[in-house]
Amino acid sequence: MSLEPNATPPPSTVPPAAPRSDADAWARPIARLRVDAAAAGSLPATVEGRRLAGPLQGFGQMWQKTFRVRLAGAGPEVTPQSVIAAWKQHFPEFWPSGNTFYAPLAGIRPGEVGLLSVKTAGPVRLHTGVMVTYADDESFTLMTPEGHMLAGWITFSAFRDHDGVVVAQSQALERTSDPLFELGYALRIGHRANNRFWEQTLEAVARHHGVDARCETTVLCVDRRRQWRYAGNVRHSVAFRSALHAATTPLRWLRRSR
Amino acid sequence: MDVRQVDERASVIDITGELTGDSEQTLAEAHDAASAPATRLIVLNFSGLEYMNSTGIGLLVTMLIRAQRQGQRIVAYGLDEHYRQIFSLTRLDEAIGIVGSEADALAAA
Repeated sequence: MSLEPNATPPPSTVPPAAPRSDADAWARPIARLRVDAAAAGSLPATVEGRRLAGPLQGFGQMWQKTFRVRLAGAGPEVTPQSVIAAWKQHFPEFWPSGNTFYAPLAGIRPGEVGLLSVKTAGPVRLHTGVMVTYADDESFTLMTPEGHMLAGWITFSAFRDHDGVVVAQSQALERTSDPLFELGYALRIGHRANNRFWEQTLEAVARHHGVDARCETTVLCVDRRRQWRYAGNVRHSVAFRSALHAATTPLRWLRRSR
Repeated sequence: MDVRQVDERASVIDITGELTGDSEQTLAEAHDAASAPATRLIVLNFSGLEYMNSTGIGLLVTMLIRAQRQGQRIVAYGLDEHYRQIFSLTRLDEAIGIVGSEADALAAA
């Protein structure tokens, strides 16, 4: 049987849409994180052997932060899928300068662990990491390990707005991990730095697609309560190990120069 | 999503199809419908769940917080092995009890 080019096939010949499956998009559960290969400059000890910590395991108030850029004016080749593909491929390049994401060798795939190092207001750089818990063609999610400044996850996605314009979005659901970082958030220093970080990242994603756009930020407090039973998270804090790493840097230089 | 009020203290939400960012309003409305003043237990029936992404898991977290604010517990049943693993990965199983059947869930009331 043949059909004219513009003919609509009879209903009986239209194949039913295959049900979506999330089976390959999720990482397998793990008891402790493992770092198989570490790039120079990273500090794998801040991640190795740690458990993942979601927004339910953090200390501070819970926030949902949404950062969006509309890719208005981007070419027709820019689709939600192409935005996510580029975001996965160039993820470290979109970060603001002075911050480093050591992408996993296998790329942004479920179960992979990436290390990172971010600048702070002080002299110490914070070293930690994330695990890719979910990744498909339209989104991917990174979840934090114990000791990270934040306990939660952040989902990067792209979709078409009501007017057809592709939107790139990152949405975090998070608490600060411990009282130390919560103090920084309560004083708004942490919030400002965190918001600016992701706003600059989203604007870099837009520039990659040839669009000069301002990031729209929406911050919602999901839970005002602090979870005092998790105050002890401070013992895992990457702030201590990162400070020790910074303090012993001259010793490592000396050892290397001998 | 269907909501069944079992008695004045317990309600069941049947989650069917996909749980993604598009489900935000539906899930919030289902929780509202399931919440009477005396409701202390919300049972989530996942046996009809076909697809869930990470935004869907986030919706469950925000629903859990809302429920806790109202003095409610959440218990889940009907999760297959794949979704049990996702609850374990995201450590949602530390806050939402997982049981084998609706009868077991209601016994927790």
